[in-house]
Amino acid sequence: MRADLAAIAQWVAPQARVLDLGCGDGSLLRTLWQERQAPGYGVEIDDESVLDCVANDVNVLQVDLESGLSLFADHSFDCVVLSETLQTIHRTELLMREMLRVGREVIVSFPNFGHWSARLQVAFGRMPVSETLPYEWYETPNVHHCTIVDFEDLCRRLGVRIRERLVLHAGQPVTFLPNLLGSLAVYRCTAG
Amino acid sequence: MNAPHDPSSVGAVIAQKARFDKPLRLKGGAELPAFEIAYETYGELNAARSNAVLVCHALNASHHVDGFYAEDQSNIGWWDNLVGPGKPLDTNRFFVVGSNYIGSCFGSTGPASPNPASGKPWGADFPVVTVEDWVEAQARLADHLGIERFAGVIGGSLGAMQALQWTLSYPERIRHSIVIAAAARLTPQNIAFNEVARQAIMTDPDFHGGHYYDKGVVPTRGLRIARMIGHITYLSGEAMAEKFGRLLRRGVPGFDFDVDFEIESYLRYQGDKFSTYFDANTYLRITKALDYFDPAADFGGSLSAALARAQAAFLVVSFKSDWRFPPPQSREIVRALLDNRRIVSYLEIDAPGGHDAFLLEDARYHNALRAYFGNIEL
Repeated sequence: MRADLAAIAQWVAPQARVLDLGCGDGSLLRTLWQERQAPGYGVEIDDESVLDCVANDVNVLQVDLESGLSLFADHSFDCVVLSETLQTIHRTELLMREMLRVGREVIVSFPNFGHWSARLQVAFGRMPVSETLPYEWYETPNVHHCTIVDFEDLCRRLGVRIRERLVLHAGQPVTFLPNLLGSLAVYRCTAG
Repeated sequence: MNAPHDPSSVGAVIAQKARFDKPLRLKGGAELPAFEIAYETYGELNAARSNAVLVCHALNASHHVDGFYAEDQSNIGWWDNLVGPGKPLDTNRFFVVGSNYIGSCFGSTGPASPNPASGKPWGADFPVVTVEDWVEAQARLADHLGIERFAGVIGGSLGAMQALQWTLSYPERIRHSIVIAAAARLTPQNIAFNEVARQAIMTDPDFHGGHYYDKGVVPTRGLRIARMIGHITYLSGEAMAEKFGRLLRRGVPGFDFDVDFEIESYLRYQGDKFSTYFDANTYLRITKALDYFDPAADFGGSLSAALARAQAAFLVVSFKSDWRFPPPQSREIVRALLDNRRIVSYLEIDAPGGHDAFLLEDARYHNALRAYFGNIEL
């Protein structure tokens, strides 16, 4: 399992109701159900991934996150997860607000654009390509890159309270200079 | 021709009928003193009786879901591409029941059947039936077949309304509801199309207020136009353009009112064909059943409140190019199910076929149904 997903699984309380946005093949939801008896739904737009979810016996809803979360009632989930999807969203602010409307708490993970390797590649005049940013600039689905500092700025602006933060590189926690040495950031947040 | 040795076909099938002598009280207030339901079955009911799947049909189809008739091998079941040995709804694993509805003209008791009070065809006196009434009748058929609980009920369009209604009428008798190209209630625009179709039939001079059977005529002109209207709405504009374009039948415009464009030829052909086999009184009633269906009506318009009693797991599927039952209407069902914390998956398939896409083979659609049925425990 991806390092950030393992962290997310740890943060989800047993029996919590989970909404996983951009859920891929549904493996997180399946793990949460099997290990923490946490029932949930995934949202996914990609046809192949949706089929994987159905095959994995995971509840999946094929809708576009860009149009918000209108399918979901206020505070209808204990936890809303957005793992490595934030950077692909056009209407970032809208989605953040929607997540906080629907969930009691939100867990967000994203590749840290502030990692030294990205900075170095930009310094040498190239768009970064790495394990966490595996795309060439002309084929990337990512539209909104941010650093750890940038994300925390946005949280402040939206009045989002950060409850926990885990920064990782190569699957290992990074505590020293996280915005420089961490390639993946995971946050647990609540409204206010 | 469907070769009898095709291993993915159930082969030759036989239509059956079940008769019920206990009167059926209908939602509209009338009572059917007795009735018959035409049905077919494919596969074997297992010892635990846990593998039965009911297939509900839409407007103009019938209980002939799969296979072919020995005496008419070109008459292949309407969902043959989905149901069969090794197909997404696998008859090696499931016992599949295709049920006709009451009011139909394909074998179940309907307007052309004799009215026991007079011995003559019911005609206009046959009551208006509803989706709820059909489910009641199907529940009797399930009793007759020894099926206490369906593993699943599946349908598209009007059939999807039945699959949904099953979860409300008999929540404990259905484990999975597969609701395809559906709406929990028709929009006024959708009702409008039905009304044009009904007006076409009722204003046909051969309609005789619905008592045309003993006059030796059939309101074919009305049926023809009703079918044409329907066909326009079942196809997407894109599919129509792809299929027909602006092709001229005679190569050049005729400057007359004979068939110019291919689409005209297609509509006339479909209309003509339909008017030879479909009953006008049935058409009026099924369009009414569509119009009336609205489980939320008894709950102050709240679909969430209406679906609170459903217990089944749901798979809801819509098609992006379907403008007769567009995706937002399916999402409304999904939202109501989420409000009730029901098990539900929702697929929005980007297939070009319009409303008719639910009848067509599309890898994403069929693979998802295959995976879903594969996960149903028996």
